[in-house]
Amino acid sequence: MFTNFPLFPQQASAQAGQVDAIYFFMVAVTAFFSILIAGLVVFFAIKYRRRHRDEVGYAIHGSLALELLWTVIPFIIVMVMFAWGAKVFFELYRPPVGAMEIYVVGKQWMWKVQHMDGQREINELHVPVGRPVKLIMGSEDVLHSFYIPAFRVKADVIPGRYNHLWFTATKPGTYHLFCAEYCGTKHSGMVGNIIAMEPQAFQAWLGGGGASESPVAQGEKLFSDLSCNTCHMTGSQGRGPMLTNLFNKPVELQNGQSVIADEAYLRESIVNPQAKVVAGFQPIMPTFQGLVSEEQLLQLISYVKSLSTQGAAPAPAGTTAPQMPQASDRPVVEKK
Amino acid sequence: MTDGSKYMATLNYLNNGHGLASWLLTKDHKRIALLYLISITGFFFLGGMFAFMIRLELLTPAGDLMTAETYNKMFTMHGVVMVFFFLIPSIPAVLGNFLIPIMIGAKDLAFPRLNLLSWYIYALGGIFTLVAALSGGVDTGWTFYTPYSTAAANGHVILAALGVFITGFSSILTGLNFIVTIHRMRAPGMTWFRLPLFVWSHYATSLIFILGTPVIAITVLLVAAERVFHFGIFDPALGGDPVLFQHLFWFYSHPAVYIMILPAMGVVSEIVQAFARKNIFGYSFVAFSSLAIGIIGFLVWGHHIFVAGQSVYAGMIFSILSFIVAIPSAIKVFNWTATIYRGSVSLESPMLYAFGFIGLFTIGGLTGLFLAAMGIDIHVHDTYFIVAHFHYIMVGGAIMGYLGGMHYWWPKITGKMYPEAWAKFAALLVFVGFNLTFFPQFLVGYLGMPRRYHMYPPEFQVFNVLSTAGATVLAVGYLLPMIYFTHSIFRGETAPANPWGAKGLEWEIPSPPPTENFAVTPIVTHGTHQYAPSKEVGVV
Repeated sequence: MFTNFPLFPQQASAQAGQVDAIYFFMVAVTAFFSILIAGLVVFFAIKYRRRHRDEVGYAIHGSLALELLWTVIPFIIVMVMFAWGAKVFFELYRPPVGAMEIYVVGKQWMWKVQHMDGQREINELHVPVGRPVKLIMGSEDVLHSFYIPAFRVKADVIPGRYNHLWFTATKPGTYHLFCAEYCGTKHSGMVGNIIAMEPQAFQAWLGGGGASESPVAQGEKLFSDLSCNTCHMTGSQGRGPMLTNLFNKPVELQNGQSVIADEAYLRESIVNPQAKVVAGFQPIMPTFQGLVSEEQLLQLISYVKSLSTQGAAPAPAGTTAPQMPQASDRPVVEKK
Repeated sequence: MTDGSKYMATLNYLNNGHGLASWLLTKDHKRIALLYLISITGFFFLGGMFAFMIRLELLTPAGDLMTAETYNKMFTMHGVVMVFFFLIPSIPAVLGNFLIPIMIGAKDLAFPRLNLLSWYIYALGGIFTLVAALSGGVDTGWTFYTPYSTAAANGHVILAALGVFITGFSSILTGLNFIVTIHRMRAPGMTWFRLPLFVWSHYATSLIFILGTPVIAITVLLVAAERVFHFGIFDPALGGDPVLFQHLFWFYSHPAVYIMILPAMGVVSEIVQAFARKNIFGYSFVAFSSLAIGIIGFLVWGHHIFVAGQSVYAGMIFSILSFIVAIPSAIKVFNWTATIYRGSVSLESPMLYAFGFIGLFTIGGLTGLFLAAMGIDIHVHDTYFIVAHFHYIMVGGAIMGYLGGMHYWWPKITGKMYPEAWAKFAALLVFVGFNLTFFPQFLVGYLGMPRRYHMYPPEFQVFNVLSTAGATVLAVGYLLPMIYFTHSIFRGETAPANPWGAKGLEWEIPSPPPTENFAVTPIVTHGTHQYAPSKEVGVV
């Protein structure tokens, strides 16, 4: 059992190398200062050991020059660490435009995944290598955290809001998926596999049996089942705002402010419609909190997103989007 | 001479009054310190047993020793007991209580009755927590994260939360008492810049006690209220915000780490000066770095929330402040090292602990930088890397400091000497056992093993076996001082007033001290630890 244990995690994403580079830099700094301090302490303790009982040390009160030296040098070093760490964080945080979107819902104690083409998975996530993947994640109950050590990515999955995570897998293989935020009794059982596949193999897997309707189609069905369409009509103005071409557009609110209609706003407008009422409309919409599950919310949102014509609709997994360049400071705009 | 004067000569705080009531109703800061010593030692034992159960379970990848629910209760109770009932009160309530009045030339703290009340409040909070532990435990983790703690958790969340709430008042009152004492009770000539560094570090600690503790008290009360009355504060199903809890919790609990480490830094400053027979290098830098840590420490809590969807710009502010708070700690380490330069160094057991502290705190502090670096924190957040880091600070730092202080002042507290050879051996065991326990956790953490896991993938096993082996050595290292300290009370050699040849007011009075500390209020003419005749000397 003690053979073949790794000392260092595999690097299986485009981001892993960046994280490891700053890690190694910090390990080197840590080793240098730890050895320096320990070496000096031991050296002084031996060199200046007490040689007779009444010996006392030399009276030295300090040195402003030395104090400044060992304040300024560590300060410069930590500022380098800060800037580097923040740069890597920005890259880890901002998904490129056009990333393949996948919905993830955490619940005690499993991960539920739905692809845009309708494939569903539990405790497994299949992704193609070489393509940015963005996970949009919500929780049905308590806090969870979606963690793929081989990709060096992690994000908390928080009830009541969406959090996201993105990566580009680089090496086909099977990797650990862990829940990293303590979530109750079977927290350590809330684990699974990330399966990174060559694009062709991934296409084959996507096309394989078991695919249900896409979330857009399921959302459309829910939209009429829940009678959303009686107020939010498509052809003409109903009692509620029209949802066509709404996604990612600014919305004027009754209180004079304006918000961007992103996933978080759409979610809030379904579970807590009184929170941000659109200018010119009455606060008559009932709450759907408790009536729709987290997964159904995601389906409704993907339907609303599909009503927007340009840019907003997520690239379905089945199409081949252009390869996103990595390591850029800002989100990459898709060029067609 | 009559027998009466002989009796007078040996009257001290320990034999001045007998019987349980003379202890339980005492207003003497030294006796109250011993009440704390006994109670925190009991909690240390309890918390240690929980830790050992955790390490035994993790010996194998499968969850085979106990159920998942029991395991979750073990690490929860380990954290709650160790943080709130051992680490936070340890040095301040025992050594601080005993020494601060003596070090500044006072007869007692400013409010002796309040001091006794603090201990009773602590004990009451402890009883709540003990009842929660014994009647089935809690499984929220010591962090009580919502909405798990308010909507889902098993066990006696409310009892445990009330225990934390109540014991918080003990911290607040102790902090208040220390601050007033340090301001108002200093002997003539004991100016601010002649104060022992131990007193400075406790001053900074007391500020955190007063400013931070009310926030955690309110927070756990809100958790209890949401659990009982279903107020929508943290649970999104009730309209609350779970991340709000994390902000409130870490607003106190990050500074609480400095509550644990600052007093230990004060102890190390004293020990290094005494055993190098040399005054501290850069007194004012060491003193003010304590205040800087106390103040900046209040502005870094957001680094616990980098992966919880916090705004990236807020994250950057917290990241840069978390890096800056490392600077005053680095200043202390460099000044301690420089203090040993051209000293007269004697490696008795307190100095071994101080050296252990410097080494382990350096590693603990530097690995803290990894967590301040946002890009790395994403990967290591909530893994064993964090567990290793904060144990280097809390166990390698705070407990090493506590043990060093206990060995340094034990002759003063009890009037008895402990066996030095055993003490050196125990210090070595603690150092080796500690590193064997926690160093492998850095490696397995970077590999990705999440914390609070009852089962884990088999490739992580070798690190966990090393860790458990280390914990066994560490346990022996902790048991030994309990045995020889206890033994020394009954059989130990009588300690002289100043066994180490150290400088400081506490070494100028008998061991153990008389109840009133000083027969005549001392007049202070210089700072502490002046060994060589003072002259201005350039460096290097």
